[in-house]
Amino acid sequence: MNHEDNQVNSARSNNSGALPISIRNLTKRYGEIYALDAVDLNIESGEFLTLLGPSGSGKTTLLMAIAGFNRPDSGSIRFGDEEMILTPPHKREVGMVFQSYALFPHMSVAENIAFPLKLRGVTKQERMQRVNEALETVQLTDLGHREIDQLSGGQRQRVALARAFVFRPQILLMDEPLSALDKKLRERMQIELKQLHRQLGVTTVYVTHDQREALTMSDRIAVINEGRLVQVDQPEEIYNKPRTAFVADFIGESTMLSLRKQRDGSLTYNNTLIANISPDNRVNNWLLAMRPERLSLQTRMNASANADDIVFPCIVKEIVFQGESAYMLLDLGDGTEIGVRSGGFNDTDVRYESGSEVAVSLKKSDVLLVPDTDKNNVTHVR
Amino acid sequence: MNQSAPNAEALRRQAKVEQWSLLSLALPAVALVFFVVVIPVGWLFFLSFVGKDGSASLEHYQKMLEYKSYFRTFRTTFQVSLFTTLICIAIGYPLAYFLAQLPQRWAGIFMLAVLLPFWTSLLVRTYAWLVLLQRKGILNEFAMNIGLWDSPVKLVHNMTGTLIGMAHIMLPFLVLPLYSAMKKIDKDMMQAASNLGARPSRAFLSIYMPLSVSGLVAGSLIVFILCLGFYVTPAVLGGGKVIMVSTQITAILENQFNWGAASALGVVLLVATFLLLWITTKLFRLDGALFGRG
Repeated sequence: MNHEDNQVNSARSNNSGALPISIRNLTKRYGEIYALDAVDLNIESGEFLTLLGPSGSGKTTLLMAIAGFNRPDSGSIRFGDEEMILTPPHKREVGMVFQSYALFPHMSVAENIAFPLKLRGVTKQERMQRVNEALETVQLTDLGHREIDQLSGGQRQRVALARAFVFRPQILLMDEPLSALDKKLRERMQIELKQLHRQLGVTTVYVTHDQREALTMSDRIAVINEGRLVQVDQPEEIYNKPRTAFVADFIGESTMLSLRKQRDGSLTYNNTLIANISPDNRVNNWLLAMRPERLSLQTRMNASANADDIVFPCIVKEIVFQGESAYMLLDLGDGTEIGVRSGGFNDTDVRYESGSEVAVSLKKSDVLLVPDTDKNNVTHVR
Repeated sequence: MNQSAPNAEALRRQAKVEQWSLLSLALPAVALVFFVVVIPVGWLFFLSFVGKDGSASLEHYQKMLEYKSYFRTFRTTFQVSLFTTLICIAIGYPLAYFLAQLPQRWAGIFMLAVLLPFWTSLLVRTYAWLVLLQRKGILNEFAMNIGLWDSPVKLVHNMTGTLIGMAHIMLPFLVLPLYSAMKKIDKDMMQAASNLGARPSRAFLSIYMPLSVSGLVAGSLIVFILCLGFYVTPAVLGGGKVIMVSTQITAILENQFNWGAASALGVVLLVATFLLLWITTKLFRLDGALFGRG
């Protein structure tokens, strides 16, 4: 017991606060498939970084590699200055919130939270005190004596969280911790998690497939697809300046239009000029990504003649009432569908219905171009 | 009852009909148990209180207290059952753990290997052990060839043989409930323990063991109780030296034709079994594991 504690403590006693994580060239293959393909990522001390990607993208594999639960084929993972790639999970001193919470059903709430403290030889008195503090932090004061199966989903989530930070790790990992909660609770927990992060100041790596959750909570988002980091940026940058078609498509609800590059460098869609780029630019295939909330809708007659706007004539296909807003699906005339959100319905006195002839305009300053890496795919419709 | 509740009466009737039709499905089984188990056991119970002269008496039970041989028989029975259970645990726990870690497909194949002997006749397996364990049997020859021991060791017609045979026969009864309990342990549990700082051995002792204990107790209990009533294997492999209660019951019936005394032995064994089951269930809160209640 004592021997074990010494090992655990000596793993890192030279630092206090939060540790940066530095990942170099991390590769993990399952047969022919690269789950992680030469991933390089620096996570700063105290940062809240989200790994965002579709299922099977490798985000969980990366998180598990940081926790030490899977063995990469090659690469380096450093916590601070210390190489961790060969360190077994129980000596890594990272807190982790599992998607399933992984609370021990044969222990009470307090025993669950005390478990990591017990392993570190913390005295009984201090253990109780720190368990109570942790319970207070996650707003479960006085629930320590409860059994796990007496807790609701949200309470379990909080216990899992308390257990992950009670031993004051300098790195906190979370694997889709909110995915089992209903929408309302999830949104509240997002805010609470963010507050907790600020309070603890611990370096946090958060995995999710929910782009809204990522945008809400993160300092930075690392978008991951097919084992590769596609873009690592602040939420605003990710949303407003996606660098690839994948990011533009995955974050938000974009309509993508495939553009034709003319010899003079102008990009057109159905003979409508969208933008001009340098004729020397070697990328020939471009996509125009349009966010529903950046588009405005008018009747054909009122269609803006403003030189700053690009106007597309369309026909209304479907109107979906969504409570706080309405979502309208339009046909560009060639079978391509685009989506517009109700903020863009300018002529409030006009009632649109299926089949109405309308016009959609996009400010030139809102034009978002991404290179089309998948040329065969003409349009992405969301 | 309530006039304003439309169709309430008809709906209640429908629910009742459904209940009864479900119950009627169990009727053949209930009838069978009643005629084949409850009535004969009740009859034996009654016989055990009937004395030699045909009047009500406790003489059979008194005799059990007076004669040392009865006490020895019960002690042997519980000893054999306990040792068999312990051997099964020692072999079965690691085996079940191994099976639970395997991918589903491989687990199925290995499980087949565990179950295969199960499908062979008990008598055949018992005599097979007799062949293997005898003085000039394969085991003795092999052990002497590699120099493990010099002269043949008596492996059969004694306690050793009985325990080897019984442990072999009982192993699946322990492994099956244990395996299913282990399968239910989320693999995140061990990862969480490790993440929180527990060495593999500590994670196993603090998390895995307690979570598999319900399956272990359920399996052990099944093995122990089945052992209490075992007849064939101790009779053949024990060579008359391992007298279990069942052996003695047979002896009393064959030699003295004394139904009362034989019944009394059976009753005591049955009561002891129930008592044991009850205590263990209470002790480990096993209702769910044993009787399928959540």
